[in-house]
Amino acid sequence: MSEASPAKAYALHFGVIALLFVSSFLLPEYYHGLLARIMVLAVFAMGYNMLFGYVGLLSLGHAMFFAAGLYGAGLAVIQLGWSVPAAFAAGLACGVVLSLVIGLLALRTTGVAFMIVTMMFAQVFYLVILYFSVWTGGDQGMVVPQPARVLTFGATALDLTNPTVRYMSALSLFSLALLVTLAIVRSRYGRVLVAIRENEERTKMLGYDTFSNKLAAVIVSGTICAASGAAYALLFGYVGSNFASVQYSILPLLWVLLGGAATTLGPLLGTLFMYYVIDVTSGYTSAYLLIVGIALILLVLFFPKGILGTARQRWLGWLP
Amino acid sequence: MHFGPHLLLATLEGLVTSAVLALTALGLSLVFGVMRVVNVAHGEFFMLGAVLAWAITSAIGGHPALGFLAALVLAPLIVGAIALVAERLVLRRLNYNPEATIVATIGMLYIIQQLALTFYGPEARPVQPPFSYRILLPWFGYSGYKLSVIAASALLLIGTWLVLTRTKIGLIMRATQYDSETAQAFGIPVGRVYGGVFALGAMLAAVAGVLIVPISQAHYLMGQDPLLLSFIVVIIGGLGSLRGTVVAAVLIGMSDGIISMFFSPTLAKIIATLLVAMVLVFRPQGLFGTQAR
Repeated sequence: MSEASPAKAYALHFGVIALLFVSSFLLPEYYHGLLARIMVLAVFAMGYNMLFGYVGLLSLGHAMFFAAGLYGAGLAVIQLGWSVPAAFAAGLACGVVLSLVIGLLALRTTGVAFMIVTMMFAQVFYLVILYFSVWTGGDQGMVVPQPARVLTFGATALDLTNPTVRYMSALSLFSLALLVTLAIVRSRYGRVLVAIRENEERTKMLGYDTFSNKLAAVIVSGTICAASGAAYALLFGYVGSNFASVQYSILPLLWVLLGGAATTLGPLLGTLFMYYVIDVTSGYTSAYLLIVGIALILLVLFFPKGILGTARQRWLGWLP
Repeated sequence: MHFGPHLLLATLEGLVTSAVLALTALGLSLVFGVMRVVNVAHGEFFMLGAVLAWAITSAIGGHPALGFLAALVLAPLIVGAIALVAERLVLRRLNYNPEATIVATIGMLYIIQQLALTFYGPEARPVQPPFSYRILLPWFGYSGYKLSVIAASALLLIGTWLVLTRTKIGLIMRATQYDSETAQAFGIPVGRVYGGVFALGAMLAAVAGVLIVPISQAHYLMGQDPLLLSFIVVIIGGLGSLRGTVVAAVLIGMSDGIISMFFSPTLAKIIATLLVAMVLVFRPQGLFGTQAR
């Protein structure tokens, strides 16, 4: 990561955001909706990348953070009748609390044990959702009704079910998450995280408290994922337990690996690419799991750095 | 039924679960112990065993025992061959790097699952037990087949233990587990040992899958639960400890059987998973494990 041109990096990121903004007016209806969904899920991938890419901690349980936001916001709207901003805040709060608790417990382990522990906590979370099906709707899930998804500022009302409003909300969340990630990665704290990834013992010897740095990273990562989940519940109106299943812990890993771990724009690129591949192939075959599986194996065998990671290595050393 | 017989029934059901679980977990534990590979696709090998058992029994026909015996021999061999190919093509090229192999086995999981869905279909299909003898207890009749599953599993476990401790193959495997570099220096073909161990682990899971089909039908998603439970068993039992694996399998199987019968299966799973996660957090070497990792 060379420090040569912060201006170049910021220009690139604002360029991507501007491109997405312009796309809103150009895309046909179907892709317009798809892109809104991809942006929200890319935030999930960015949260995952924060921990996996920059700290080198491979978690197999991030679906629980996404689901914490999803259910936190969804239950607040459906069962408690809260307004949209309050529900979003509730989703975020669930993410913060959950990631604090999980971080404190899971960070006592390292390596393979960390993956298994996070996967188990996520499984417990998933089973708890099924167990309390009276409130959560179990495996049927819940639909957030349209009237509950209207944002009111005094006299103006923003209906989140309106495609344009939805796209712009997704874009705002995405831009915010992207800029926050960029700021963190470029900060002193971000460099400590990379140092931990490269050599934890040495970082410890340099006098850094690696445990609390990692814990903070888990919380940031979990909160970003929860923000994505909360936005998903409010923008797309569906809260379901399949979002808490192991598969949704594996998908962000796939997106990040594909786009390039430890690159700020990799998660977006990976999510976009994978959705596009699935979208194209599902026209020919319903066997999209096969594609996911083959993609994972080929990536890890021949392309371990992902698209942007390879690009950075070969041509664009300045990429953050 | 009164509490006593109810508890007995729950215990028997728990023992059947334990028997199947011990076999599946032993496969996972061997692969993890010798190769340091967390095989996330292990549950799919279990599923393949069950699905192949259905395919073989329905292809052969005749007396149910005939098809079942054929399945018991053929299904593990086919699954072992598939595992061997996967090991050669993928895991070896990754140099058994722990994180990369996890991602790769997740990929295998999806591929196997999708292929099973495409060629076998989404419905659950039954297989007739090889014999339908019922043992009459004073309170209820109990399936003789289920009891024979417990016996078969015990025999296989003893067999594996004998192979590991009394034969040259077992010695080579233990040497590789202990220190693969030194083993290599002494002329042990470590690469081939890894391939064999991976295939053996998959075959143990496949045998468990074949044994379970007459009790619970073959379904393409049936690999998920045993995978998680096997992880639990391997962790509680401690790495590479056969005794620990068996004790933990009995513990988990019995508590699963009893809690599910008196409370709810979901609650049983929540409690078991949470407890094990805590064991892993506070005692990473497992309850019976000797070596720290």
